[in-house]
Amino acid sequence: MGTESSPKIVIVDESPIRAAILEEGLREAGFTSVAHIREMHSLLARIYALDPDVIVIDLENPSRDVLEQMFQVSRAVRRPVAMFVDQSDTASIQASVDAGVSAYIVDGLKKERLKPILDLCISRFNAFAKLQDELERARSALEDRKVIDRAKGILMRMKGLTEDEAYVLLRSTAMREKKKIGEIAQSVLTASELLK
Amino acid sequence: MTQSLRIGFIPLVDAAALIVAVDKGFAAAEGLDITLVREVSWSNIRDKLNIGLFDAAHLLAPVAIASSLGLGHVKVPIVAPFNLSLNGNAITVSPALHAAILGELAGDPRDLLTDPLATAQALSRVVAARRKQGAEPLTLGMTFPFSTHNYQLRFWMAAGGVDPDEDVRLVVLPPPFMVDSLANGHVDGFCVGAPWNSIAVDLGIGHILHFVSDILVRAAEKVLAVRRNWSETNPQVLAALIRAATAAADFIEQPQHRAEVARILAQPEHIGGDADVLQRTLDGRLKISPDGTYRESSRYLLVGREGASRPEPVQAAWLYAQMVRWGQASFSPEALRTAQQVFRSDLYDAALGRAGKAATGPGDIGAFAGPAFDANDIAGHLAAFKIGRRCG
Repeated sequence: MGTESSPKIVIVDESPIRAAILEEGLREAGFTSVAHIREMHSLLARIYALDPDVIVIDLENPSRDVLEQMFQVSRAVRRPVAMFVDQSDTASIQASVDAGVSAYIVDGLKKERLKPILDLCISRFNAFAKLQDELERARSALEDRKVIDRAKGILMRMKGLTEDEAYVLLRSTAMREKKKIGEIAQSVLTASELLK
Repeated sequence: MTQSLRIGFIPLVDAAALIVAVDKGFAAAEGLDITLVREVSWSNIRDKLNIGLFDAAHLLAPVAIASSLGLGHVKVPIVAPFNLSLNGNAITVSPALHAAILGELAGDPRDLLTDPLATAQALSRVVAARRKQGAEPLTLGMTFPFSTHNYQLRFWMAAGGVDPDEDVRLVVLPPPFMVDSLANGHVDGFCVGAPWNSIAVDLGIGHILHFVSDILVRAAEKVLAVRRNWSETNPQVLAALIRAATAAADFIEQPQHRAEVARILAQPEHIGGDADVLQRTLDGRLKISPDGTYRESSRYLLVGREGASRPEPVQAAWLYAQMVRWGQASFSPEALRTAQQVFRSDLYDAALGRAGKAATGPGDIGAFAGPAFDANDIAGHLAAFKIGRRCG
């Protein structure tokens, strides 16, 4: 099944945002049959109920080991599953591990048909990681700003400086000690707490 | 010159020799700069070892064999020149299943509760009673299809007449999910390594029914695994790694070091959790019941003592025989040879400059049921067991 129509893809991911990004990408690329599992309890039963051709799972998910049970011959399994990553395609394996995603293909689907799906997953996973990175940087920049503002206030009060002078003092100290200005500001805060 | 290595591990007590080798400087003393990478699944460990992202790994002994045979996954020859642990798992059951098994024991529980044949037969009666009542089959968790946990559970219940594929549901569960699953009633019991059994007992939601050393006296549990290709191109580095792990295992086995080792393991980047629980595990002194009953066994977990670190090919043969028994592999003499060649006692002996001497005789797997294991007659050995899924 699934050789003519769009293959049925199941995304196993506890991150709803990343799953949404992935799902959107797959739909844009013409893969219309995409489902998302975010609840890990009874994972195999959920997968069997959806009966997918392709399963995508993130590498940070401990439930990857649960999927390994699908390779076992047992009465619970109706059709065997083979992992996509074969030794012939080391570049793909490397790229998918780097991106933090793994894909499984159910027997019957041609391997060539998985390639565009996996490539898309890799690029979307990387895009998500970049987005998270940027968010994290923005958040820490904001944190730094707050800390610097408070440190400036302390220096202005205790040393009778203007705001600009207080900032210059923090910055020149940071440069001299080869530290980030946020770290210097934090130590001003800590010192003033101790000296209270 | 210092050699950098990346080694993957799962946060379990039997990764101790690797963690201590790094933390106490045994690796550095051998010229190794080891980065330990904590992983969340055995699949990740296996794949990252296979494709070379890890130089070495803390690995389930059966996965090293399965990977070398190409079972269930791509075929990548792996060698295991060092056992990180023998035994160390336990079977924990819910209070309800514990009471049911206790109720079905044919005799005094005080005599029979550590007798795996008695408990397995009692389990068989519990299963029969549930079937009669039309209740759902019992569900039991284990960590991986190719795991000692899987084989220990199967061996135990089959000896009592319970068919693990027909009479109960065996499901793979990642260790960190075991305790929650037991608390929620998603499983009735599980077989897992430390510290998860103790955590279930401490939470009052589980009873440790068996140490797996009740089932097998000496079972290779986790190995230090490397790709065979890598072992051939890096023999000196591998020898240094074996020596560092040996020094660490010797350190861990000194009772006066246990508190310090437990503190090292309890660090969040290592295993995390409560140092007391970790020390109990290392000491083989576990609280087995929420009422505070303790049980002590010198065989609960072996990290290096009694020759535990030397990988014996007979251990690999026993694990391969379980794969055959439960239909994961078909039997062939070539596959048996391949499996035995995964356990490299020769590399272990050479690295330590020790004369090769097996710590175990061929029959010393020490299973509680069936004939003594004979690696030279696996078909004959398996024929002695009624329940199984042999596929030829």
